Amino acid sequence: MKNWRTSSIPQHKTGTTASVLVGLVLLAALLNLCLGAETIPPGTVGRVLTGGENGTVAFRIIQYVRLPRACACLLTGAALAASGTIIQGVLSNALAAPSTIGVNAGAGLMVAVCCAVAPSAVTLVPYAALLGGFLGVSLVLFIAERTGASKITLVLAGVAVSSIFSAGIDAVITFAPDALNGYSDFRIGGFSGVSMSKIAPAVWPIALSFAAALSLHNEMDILMLGTEQAQSLGVSAKKLRLLVLMLAAVMAGAAVSISGLIGFVGLIVPHIMRRLVGEESGPLLVTSALGGAALLGFCDLLARMLFAPFELPVGIVMALVGGPFFIWLLQRRGHS
Amino acid sequence: MIETKHLCAGYGKHTVLHDISMAFPTGQVTVLLGPNGCGKSTLVKAVLGLLPDRTGDVLFDGVSMDHLSVRQIAQKAAYMAQARSIPSITARRMVLHGRFPYLGYPRRYRPEDREIARRALAWADAEELADRPMAELSGGQRQKVYLAMALAQDTETVFMDEPTTYLDVRHQIEVMTVSRRLADMGRAVVLVLHDLSLALREADQLAVLEEGVLRQVGSAEEIFVSGVLDRVFGVAVKRVRTDRGWQYYYE
Repeated sequence: MKNWRTSSIPQHKTGTTASVLVGLVLLAALLNLCLGAETIPPGTVGRVLTGGENGTVAFRIIQYVRLPRACACLLTGAALAASGTIIQGVLSNALAAPSTIGVNAGAGLMVAVCCAVAPSAVTLVPYAALLGGFLGVSLVLFIAERTGASKITLVLAGVAVSSIFSAGIDAVITFAPDALNGYSDFRIGGFSGVSMSKIAPAVWPIALSFAAALSLHNEMDILMLGTEQAQSLGVSAKKLRLLVLMLAAVMAGAAVSISGLIGFVGLIVPHIMRRLVGEESGPLLVTSALGGAALLGFCDLLARMLFAPFELPVGIVMALVGGPFFIWLLQRRGHS
Repeated sequence: MIETKHLCAGYGKHTVLHDISMAFPTGQVTVLLGPNGCGKSTLVKAVLGLLPDRTGDVLFDGVSMDHLSVRQIAQKAAYMAQARSIPSITARRMVLHGRFPYLGYPRRYRPEDREIARRALAWADAEELADRPMAELSGGQRQKVYLAMALAQDTETVFMDEPTTYLDVRHQIEVMTVSRRLADMGRAVVLVLHDLSLALREADQLAVLEEGVLRQVGSAEEIFVSGVLDRVFGVAVKRVRTDRGWQYYYE
């Protein structure tokens, strides 16, 4: 049977893949800390991270610029990729991702509204974002179910809802032009000027949602067997689907509160990881999170270094990588 | 044993089944027969609680399904669905999920679950498929794995919706052999079949449905003699005696 799911699982590769990904994540983090307008040797980075070099230029660069940015990259990449893995799995839809089914746009709208209404309530932003993300996916699922619930209607409903939410973001910016001042590249997604105070409130929602999703890996496997088969195995399929989609929305929403609307991470990483480790939800979720962190880490490095001293928003790099991948995916589906 | 009492069920406002009362005895192979769209699969789903729109009752060992959780029902009846998603997980993992209804917190499979899954794979003659991804298996091989999963679920009743569809003759015979073995082990086996000859030859009990109404329940002999199949299917069912008993055919 040829379908969007991988047709073969290389056996005993999950551990190797995870190890390689951990290495890539660490490498991406190190390079992000070392490279930039001022190159800082790894040894100095190590000393700064262990409390040394206090008050030096290297200390200030790492402490206030590169470390928050590296953390933001890795956390956002992991959250978006894990969110995409869950969404694609439970909806059995290769085209579903936080950016294609309204999660990101919903989160973005709520971030904009929150920033406009309560600019000083920074800690509320991730919670507003995850609420928006959940609102987005709920609306898309509702529309798709009313109009046929096919895989394509789901994506089309996502496009429609995302457009409406995007218009909402534009409206907020029109009436409150300074609302998203803390985000240099909110619409395309980027990490310029990110600070630990913006990252910190998003850490717990992402970490707890990821842990909760991981603890439900058996249930998510069973959901892939179809609603009726899942229920006959003792899984309340509809409730569980809603719960894990909520967890996915929390992760993506919290990520959006840090980075703005970065697309494609949640779409392409699960596809790549599925080819490497198969579809079992536990290993897939872990490797996707690692893969997303590594991908966004390297893409942000590229965004900073490619036209240095000018800097591209990482969302542009992701779009340049993800767009062709998406087209390839559509072609592959067309052929099969 | 599972029994239905005046069961009516359907999809939304469309009622498919009307006043079905019957039992699925343990130690017997029950076959549901009827033309396309008569409600065979709907009956199976309604009995398993998969359809929200239902009146009447389904009793599991005398207890109404309204008093049972999804998990408790899953501990009493296994289901091999007609339409199946094929995830790319290994056959072993798939069969292990048959133990899910018995999992407590923290939802991890225990060594005894793995041993039961291994035995189920062996019983279904699918041990050599254990480490292969489901997506790579043929239709017959997948059927064996689904069967192993149903066995691992360790329920008194096993429902199989069109288990022989898309299978070649050898695999069809294998499915029927396994069904008989399960019944001999004291399970109630309920099959939805389209093959009249196969059904009449293999079933201990047949239930004939037409337009959502249960026309007759009985043994192959009773069903044949009554002529209900001729009326429902619009064919002439005949039989000849052979060394292996009655063989049925239709014109």
